[in-house]
Amino acid sequence: MDSDSKKQTNDSQQAYWRANVTTLLSLLSVWFLVSFGCGILWVDTLNQFSFFGWKLGFWFSQQGAIYAFVVLIFVYVWRMNALDRRYKVEEDA
Amino acid sequence: MSAQLLTYVFVGLTFGLYIAIAIWSRSGSTQEFYVAGGHVHPVANGAATAADWMSAASYLSMAGIIAFEGADGARYLMGWTGGYVLLALCLAPYLRKFAKFTVPDFVGDRYYSQTARVVAVLCVIFISFTYIAGQMRGVGIVFSRFLEVEIEMGVIIGMGIVFFYAVLGGMKGITYTQVAQYCVLIFAYLVPAIYISLMLTNVPLPMLGFGSTVNDGSGLFLLEKLDGLTEELGMAAFTEGRKSTVDMFFITAALMAGTAGLPHVIVRFFTVPKVRDARISAGYALIFIALLYTTAPAVAAFARLNIIDSLNEASYAELPDWFGKWEDSGLLAWTDKNNDGKLQYRGGAALSPSKPVFTDDRGQLGQRLVSNVQTDNANELYIDRDIIVLAHPEIAQLPNWVVALVAAGGLAAALSTAAGLLLVISSAISHDLLRNTLAKNLTDAQELRWARVAAALAIFVAGLFGIYPPGFVAEVVAFAFGLAAASFFPVILLGIFSTRMNKEAAIAGMLSGLTLTAGYIVFFKFLAPEMNQAEYWWFGISPEGIGTLGMLLNFFVSAVVMRITPAPPVAVQEMVRSIRIPKKVD
Repeated sequence: MDSDSKKQTNDSQQAYWRANVTTLLSLLSVWFLVSFGCGILWVDTLNQFSFFGWKLGFWFSQQGAIYAFVVLIFVYVWRMNALDRRYKVEEDA
Repeated sequence: MSAQLLTYVFVGLTFGLYIAIAIWSRSGSTQEFYVAGGHVHPVANGAATAADWMSAASYLSMAGIIAFEGADGARYLMGWTGGYVLLALCLAPYLRKFAKFTVPDFVGDRYYSQTARVVAVLCVIFISFTYIAGQMRGVGIVFSRFLEVEIEMGVIIGMGIVFFYAVLGGMKGITYTQVAQYCVLIFAYLVPAIYISLMLTNVPLPMLGFGSTVNDGSGLFLLEKLDGLTEELGMAAFTEGRKSTVDMFFITAALMAGTAGLPHVIVRFFTVPKVRDARISAGYALIFIALLYTTAPAVAAFARLNIIDSLNEASYAELPDWFGKWEDSGLLAWTDKNNDGKLQYRGGAALSPSKPVFTDDRGQLGQRLVSNVQTDNANELYIDRDIIVLAHPEIAQLPNWVVALVAAGGLAAALSTAAGLLLVISSAISHDLLRNTLAKNLTDAQELRWARVAAALAIFVAGLFGIYPPGFVAEVVAFAFGLAAASFFPVILLGIFSTRMNKEAAIAGMLSGLTLTAGYIVFFKFLAPEMNQAEYWWFGISPEGIGTLGMLLNFFVSAVVMRITPAPPVAVQEMVRSIRIPKKVD
């Protein structure tokens, strides 16, 4: 590999890493909001509302946060696979 | 058929299945022994990870804790699943790309230090053994209560089975038995939950039934009825938490970071072929885990309702069979404070100290007598939380085959986690300590032999823990999570996300995090347990949650030290860059 194309790969890999970290941070903010936010910090406020047979805060801490976690991992997989393709860093078959 | 006979049949069948799988998937190389050759299908790996992750604590204890603590139990639900998200997003894919066998491998290579490697080995061994002690207690309870064999015999049988498939099959054998164990444990957990949900609410899905109305004609929501009953009996309302917000926050965070650093779960991601597979298999695993974790709080609420219903004001002489059996095993106790021959189940602890100390005598009605002091509240009942999941099908009068199934599920949960832990201990000894530190010229065949010897030794020690359980298991488990959060998690995370992170910062960070966490826990749990109350805690943080503070300190110290010490060698920085990219770079 000549030095020009090597630099290009390097730049593209750095851009890939930045995109990766941005994706992570946005997903982790949702992660924080549903668990620490809705399930702990604001639980008393949310408990004033009812959600079917649950108090809303209680539902988040015992059910909702877990459902959100599952969705988060699948969004992560989908976003990361797209990033891998865009920056051409997929593994060889 | 009686429940006991059915339990023998179910446990016998499942054990037979595990052994058959072990014979079919024997390991021939270290590659197969440590990481199953690195080509496990992501769905299979997801199921195996779920079985690995969900221990006797998740299966036997968690619903019981939530049944008695109500809203506060959420720290386990969110802590253990949320930690999994951290693991899946921040650690697993990169460690898969690193492509070695163990966590100490990563720590040793990333921090270019044999000392760091050895410290990591010791942490892995400590965390794994504390964890195993809990699994063995679970095995002991199931055997002694359902098969009516001595706990010693139960532990020996359990260890024999694990020995067979872990030593013979290594990671390959463990992976495929764990897939089978996941199926057994989730079926055994869901069947009684669905049954009871139908009985109480007519809704088949427990995670929905839990938020529906009860079918007793009152038109109340299940949780409304439960809140009403608990308050009426002088207990805290089920859906109201008693822990302070600060403490819930710190405990949940410590559980999350602690579980993300559990070596036996991390190592599961080394068994899939690609980084992409590591990501998706984390997703499958969380679906499999969430199935149990969203059911557990429903089971907890149902159980609390059924317990109040069947025990409060019941006369001792007319109690069902199961009460006496659990009383015999020492996990239930009744002290007739007002001499009316009936059980009053109220708020507060019935006895002081709260755990019953049985005498050899029986009372007039045949109840076991205790030598504890009676407290001055009206509560007469002691119920050990660990029996809820096992006793619930009997409390709700479900058919015998369901009762038997639950016992087989409990064994599957305990044995699958124990096997995963044993493998981690064995690879820490044979691979990290011998091959990479003490005896570098070991051949592959010799290393494999040592791995088997180490696994056998670890099983023996774990068996001793089961037969002679150290009295402080619960304290030590809190310890294990806190220490993992304050040591492993920051070191691995920074090792991936910062190229500047170096040996000095890692050592300083781990030492400060560990010292703070261990010091705080040892002080409140062992040196001055009488001071273990909110008024003496720093910022209102209990010893259970101190790992979070230790972790923050670790991050802070690392950030400072890495700026004033030399950058890591270029080769290490290159390695960090390469694990961030799924593709092979040259």
